[in-house]
Amino acid sequence: MSKPHGGKLINRCVFRDVDLNDANVVRVNADRAEDIENIAHGVFSPLEGFLCRNDLESVLDDKRLDNDIPWTIPILLDLDEKELAGAKEGDTIFLTHENGMVSEMEIEEIYTIDKKKVAEKVYGTTDPSHPGVSMTFNMKDLIIGGRITLLKEGKKPFDEFLLWPKETRILFREKGWKEVVAFQTRNPPHIGHEYVQKTALTFVDGLFINPLIGRKKKGDFRDDVILKAYETLIQNYYPQDRAVLSILCTSMKYAGPREAIHHAIMRKNFGCTHFIVGRDHAGVGNFYPPYAAHEIFREFPDLGIKPVFFRSFFYCKKCGGVVNEKICPHRGDDIINFSGTAIRKMLKNGEVPPPTMMRKEVAETILQFDRMFVE
Amino acid sequence: MSEKNEKKFTTISIPTALAEKIKKRIEGTGFHSLSSYVTYVLRELLASMEEEGAGEALTKEEEEKIKERLRALGYLD
Repeated sequence: MSKPHGGKLINRCVFRDVDLNDANVVRVNADRAEDIENIAHGVFSPLEGFLCRNDLESVLDDKRLDNDIPWTIPILLDLDEKELAGAKEGDTIFLTHENGMVSEMEIEEIYTIDKKKVAEKVYGTTDPSHPGVSMTFNMKDLIIGGRITLLKEGKKPFDEFLLWPKETRILFREKGWKEVVAFQTRNPPHIGHEYVQKTALTFVDGLFINPLIGRKKKGDFRDDVILKAYETLIQNYYPQDRAVLSILCTSMKYAGPREAIHHAIMRKNFGCTHFIVGRDHAGVGNFYPPYAAHEIFREFPDLGIKPVFFRSFFYCKKCGGVVNEKICPHRGDDIINFSGTAIRKMLKNGEVPPPTMMRKEVAETILQFDRMFVE
Repeated sequence: MSEKNEKKFTTISIPTALAEKIKKRIEGTGFHSLSSYVTYVLRELLASMEEEGAGEALTKEEEEKIKERLRALGYLD
């Protein structure tokens, strides 16, 4: 099992009741509430809070925290003057969310950022049509750095699928899994996904399927659809003692290669030893070359989780099975690509995609939903 | 060197003959300097020396509580 990133699994949970009547309370949005819980439960180990300026600059320039530990995505708390309500460095504020989450934060630093630089470094572009860039440009003006303590957990959807790193680490150990490969997803599984997962699983002890649950863009599959589709696939086609399905509550940033490293770090904290990186991992539109997320791993000999690189799988009529370009010589009309767009279109029209693209049981599960997509 | 870089980097001495060997070794690779290669190798070496494990042990009670939840959710028998 992998050691947590930075050597220690962070635990910033100190559950207790607190009287917020006379306190400086700031209501945060869903993304920040998720960040807080992920920090507190060690998903973002070694972070103990939101980044201060030194760490941010180091992450932007070197893809590492100020102490040289690999880290590629800035975890920032942005507030405006009104929300800060006069609080200053050294003060304690309380961060709450409508789901009931309450946390305490020691303000270590209040600073401003050059949003253009952040966008350029993290997303490799300042094009506002990139969802991550647009998110960055819409950030409030003050960035608050400092350690957080989670006092009360918020209510979250699908909590029967929600496991924290300290839980998955015990789960993997109890199952006798020493080597565990993680699969990051934000889509229901088609045959290509299944083959990638099973190919990787062939060489390790267990498979950790870890869909992202959280804010996605319009047109993406809804979270409940993804979960049900995976449940169906696992029940029908996976050895039950070799696969675990659990969710990760965090938003997609669509930061391509940098986000691939971030995704790997989070799975390392869950105890995984390997991480599957496919084509255009965490990409959006044509912002990143298809295998940019493979290249970036070369910069991190000290990441502590092994990337397992896959190129696209496809169905080959001549080979009579699912293959990839490394093992199959056929091209052109002989192959059928697993087109997410084509599968989506068929499902939208109420059709079951052919078995060469998606398992019938999975498609039928998805078709039971009236609303399949984020609106 | 800027003040920021001075703070972030330090100088170490290695034998000149070794430095020459490394320079030859990294020709045509993605490494742009002796420093970037040495940094890479040292990071790799330090990471390989890290022990496996959870880092911090839980108490018996904490662990049992987690196992109970895992059983209740169907993750463990």
